[in-house]
Amino acid sequence: MEAKTIVQALRQALTEEMKKDERVVLLGEDIGIFNGAYRVTEGLLDAFGEDRVRDTPISEAAIVGAAVGAALAGLRPVVEIQFNDFITCAMDQVCNQAAKIRLMMGGQVSVPLVIRSPVGATGRAAQHSQSLEAWFMHTPGLKVVLPSTPYDAKGLLKTAIRDDNPVLFFEHKLLYGATSPGGKLSTSAAELDEVFEPAPEKEYYLPFGVADLKREGKDVTIVATGCMVHKSIKAAKILKSEGIDIEIVDPRTLVPLDIETIINSVEKTGRLVIVSEDVTTCGVASEIAAVVADKALFCLDAPVKRVCVPDTPIPFAPNNENRVIPQVEHIISAIRSVMS
Amino acid sequence: MAQNLNEDTLLEMYEKMLLIRKFEEKLYFLFLTRVMPGSMHQCNGQEACAVGVCANLVKNDYITSTHRGHGHCLAKGADVKAVMAEMFGKKTGLCKGMGGSMHIADFSVGMLGANGIVAAGIPQAAGAAWACRYLKNDHIAVAFFGDGAANEGVFHEGLNLAAVWKLPVVFVCENNLYGLSTHYRKVTAVENIAARAAAYNMPGTIVDGMDVLAVYETAREAVARARNGGGPTLLECKTYRYMGHSRFEKPSYRTQEEVEEWKQKDPIPAFAGRLKEEFMVSKEAITAIERKVDEEIENAVKYAEAGPDPEPDDYKQYIYA
Repeated sequence: MEAKTIVQALRQALTEEMKKDERVVLLGEDIGIFNGAYRVTEGLLDAFGEDRVRDTPISEAAIVGAAVGAALAGLRPVVEIQFNDFITCAMDQVCNQAAKIRLMMGGQVSVPLVIRSPVGATGRAAQHSQSLEAWFMHTPGLKVVLPSTPYDAKGLLKTAIRDDNPVLFFEHKLLYGATSPGGKLSTSAAELDEVFEPAPEKEYYLPFGVADLKREGKDVTIVATGCMVHKSIKAAKILKSEGIDIEIVDPRTLVPLDIETIINSVEKTGRLVIVSEDVTTCGVASEIAAVVADKALFCLDAPVKRVCVPDTPIPFAPNNENRVIPQVEHIISAIRSVMS
Repeated sequence: MAQNLNEDTLLEMYEKMLLIRKFEEKLYFLFLTRVMPGSMHQCNGQEACAVGVCANLVKNDYITSTHRGHGHCLAKGADVKAVMAEMFGKKTGLCKGMGGSMHIADFSVGMLGANGIVAAGIPQAAGAAWACRYLKNDHIAVAFFGDGAANEGVFHEGLNLAAVWKLPVVFVCENNLYGLSTHYRKVTAVENIAARAAAYNMPGTIVDGMDVLAVYETAREAVARARNGGGPTLLECKTYRYMGHSRFEKPSYRTQEEVEEWKQKDPIPAFAGRLKEEFMVSKEAITAIERKVDEEIENAVKYAEAGPDPEPDDYKQYIYA
């Protein structure tokens, strides 16, 4: 059956890769009988048993540390960190260990490890709402993935599991298509748009470092990631009626980053708006803006605009959270400013 | 004690301890003469811990190590020439010159790496042990770390995980009394770090880390327990480092008398004496080992010095697989 939600797509990817390769093992908090906080691992304990689907103590550093050790000793672990905010507890193992071991050891070994984790703000306040992908873009040795559709999620997770490097695989909570237990928010394909493409049941792998044009247009380039792809689609539809034709580039992987596709689009449109849910300073958008300034400055007809979270912890009150998370109206306003 | 040991094993342990001692003495000289780049952390005085434990391991067993990792690497069987070349940052080094002293590793003998971050190897050893059991390959993992590491969070997380998963791993704490300058009793709530094993429902054992046979015997039990499915052990070796924490350090935090007192318990001459008296090893055999080790180190230095530097862009090929 095709996967209409990202949760189903991820589960298919895990199932297919676990069937194919016994070295693929899962570990994380509450991924067994509880099925994972967002139900990605539903049914996998029954299908593959406790040896391969391991509930862990609430010890993020030891979870990632053990996964690193297991990867060095021949396994291909896939870690689930319940919220990406909790990766902070494992930063040494991610950034000093997994990311650097290959270089430090002169290429004697690689660390085939995937760390899956949800990102995004959904009413859970400052420590469960961040999007920390830029931190890991700043640590060479890691790869960073952030899909926006079930189709991309499945093909990219399968590639991540096959990759011999440590991969941070971020999943946006609002795109999962499933409600977390006790959670109030849910999303489904029906609430999104036509680019939220289902994943077919057949096997396929999507290459890293290849962006996807989620929409073609000639006036403004939007580079958007994760949930922001869909908000950008909404903005593009609204502005279409005003005659503004928007192109949307979804990098899909932030490391490696498909610079060529971004530059090609900017050369065509001459205008660039970058929409990302991480904070503004030293963020995903900062890096993309810098690359464009370096390689395509003279193609630009307007200043580059970043639509990101302002430099603040995410506040709890719904009206405050809404204010700081990039919304369709923020994107529209940025586009109007580069068009004026 | 030690009846199970044949003369070859005994002599091999002596040779390994001597190799580590002389290797580091040579490094010290090379650093002082500034032939060698970087910094280093020496384990002079602690050799019996690495050798006594590793004598119980086979090639494909894993170890994780610390910033003070030369001894563990050599005890696990890494090639002396390639270790020395890595100290020089040469392309012929074990890590192609990319890691240096603090990241020395040799995956061909299960040495998963020295580590610049205190205690980081502890959960990694647990993970490697998990892989061994999962792959049913009968191997085990050993984590070496110091007294300072026992106050890091991953020590506690790693021991707990290993215990609840009953993993084939041995945690070896080399308690050399000081975390850099700080005496462990100033910063550690227990007298014996081995006592912390109780909190993780695993055996905790204390051994004289200056006595290689005592370490060997104690580690033998822990290794057997791990290999037979009995789960992890915390083994605390009471030991001492003669040198400073790292290079160019003023020994302001301890007295020369204390250092001299520990040197009276030096594991190497003590073991040479026992080999002669208890195990009837000839003086000639001992001397032959000493000559062999000297020669091996001289050859290693020659090999290292003659080796090429990496190309300036070599690092690029190692960032990603």
